[in-house]
Amino acid sequence: MAEQVVIPGWKKWFENIGDQVWFFFKFFRNIFTGGFEWSEFVRQCYEIGYRSMMLVGITSFIMGVVLIVQLRPTLVAFGAASMLPRTLSVSFIREIGPVIIAIICAGKIASSIGAELGSMKVTEQLDAMEVSGANPTQYLVVTRILAATFMVPLLSVIGDAIGLFGGFLALNLRDSMSFQLYFTKVIGSLAFTDFIPAFIKTIFFGFAIGFVGCYKGFNSNKGTESVGIAANSAVVTASLWIFVIDAIAVQVTSLLFYN
Amino acid sequence: MERTKEVDIQDKPKSREEVVISIKGLKKSFGEKDVLRNINLQLKRSENIVVLGRSGTGKSVTIQCIVGLLRQDAGSLKVFGNEVSEMSDKELKQLRIKIGFLFQSGALYDSMTVRENLEFPLTRILKLTDQAEIDKRVEESLESVGLLDAIDKMPSDLSGGMRKRAGLARTIIVNPEIILYDEPTTGLDPITSREISDLILSIQKKYKTSSIIITHDMECARLASDRVLIMNEGEYIAEGSFEELHKSNNKTVAAFFKDIA
Repeated sequence: MAEQVVIPGWKKWFENIGDQVWFFFKFFRNIFTGGFEWSEFVRQCYEIGYRSMMLVGITSFIMGVVLIVQLRPTLVAFGAASMLPRTLSVSFIREIGPVIIAIICAGKIASSIGAELGSMKVTEQLDAMEVSGANPTQYLVVTRILAATFMVPLLSVIGDAIGLFGGFLALNLRDSMSFQLYFTKVIGSLAFTDFIPAFIKTIFFGFAIGFVGCYKGFNSNKGTESVGIAANSAVVTASLWIFVIDAIAVQVTSLLFYN
Repeated sequence: MERTKEVDIQDKPKSREEVVISIKGLKKSFGEKDVLRNINLQLKRSENIVVLGRSGTGKSVTIQCIVGLLRQDAGSLKVFGNEVSEMSDKELKQLRIKIGFLFQSGALYDSMTVRENLEFPLTRILKLTDQAEIDKRVEESLESVGLLDAIDKMPSDLSGGMRKRAGLARTIIVNPEIILYDEPTTGLDPITSREISDLILSIQKKYKTSSIIITHDMECARLASDRVLIMNEGEYIAEGSFEELHKSNNKTVAAFFKDIA
């Protein structure tokens, strides 16, 4: 019914930024106004957290194994095979674990939120909620963004532990090291300045994943094709944001702790 | 100021002559396309108006303006005497409780059972907390659309007609004074269409609602209308009872009635 209006690219870009800023403020305003949807929040934590655990676990385990297998020849060449647990733990906890897990979550969570809200828009469920006098932002957006913000850091911690365990098993394929010695070395080589900044950035990763998923779904067009576009665009944009946040986090962490 | 308006919406006298929706010179464009050119309409209490028109003539846009989903570019749109475009979010929310909207697809929340769909407006909008009362109202509402057996089914398990009836049950559960129907019988077989049309009529009689029904279904128009409006290119070109318009010599109007005996 509505005629497609041709808008210049730059104007569209600014409109998009403005929309996202507005969506961001709407989200914050709705956290504190009206009743909080606890039951939906818990359901989303289950959907986002528990249902992603297997995927995150398998990926982290494989990453731990692969990193040890890849690192081993180089470190052995320098006579530093005993440094394997330390190298793995620092690289995994600081960088590889949070980023890989966040990317996996972007693929699973952002796409599923984008597709779910996109299809709700196509089937007029969002309009139905709006015209009934209920608040779709409060029920759908606040709960999903907060659930992602809470669950991605938790998934990241669990993924880190599983990844380090995978590293232990991989190490014992060629060498022999007791479980106790391996984890003593792992824990001993980590400081709070390794773990805390990494944990904090996963909170931002989780927020970005939830926010982008909700924004893309909520603002999709009314057509079945747009559901796929919303899901796809949510994954791509969330992944991009993860790298941008990571780059900023690394700079801030370096300035605060390593200089 | 806000308070006064809220009281206005709730406490109007309920005479049959009372105009619940008044639209004057309504205009709405999307880009350069004028979808609504000059809409004038008055809906009285307990009246059923059927709007007929070709696809893309602006029928759905009109009812979306009434509930504030879209904002008009010009003209006046008053519901219960209050200008919709001047309402704050809070006033609009208050108004929407009084207006039910049945979407073409039923628009059931597909992650919830039928029961949860009906509980949603009761707990979120009317803020009911007594589970016994919630259960009673859900069952009453489903019973009035003949869908009590499907109370614990998911929307994906329902047929098209059942979805519309469930959507209607969700619409009437908050006792709206106005119901806007967006193509309630589209995509249904003739028997189910007839059932939905009868349902619309029985709901109007039971709950004394005023309705605007957008449809292409002439049987639905014949059964459910007190008054019929024909829309063409963003304005109403004819108005009257179904029988009056049936006899019309206007070519556009006659085109709608040509298959009617």
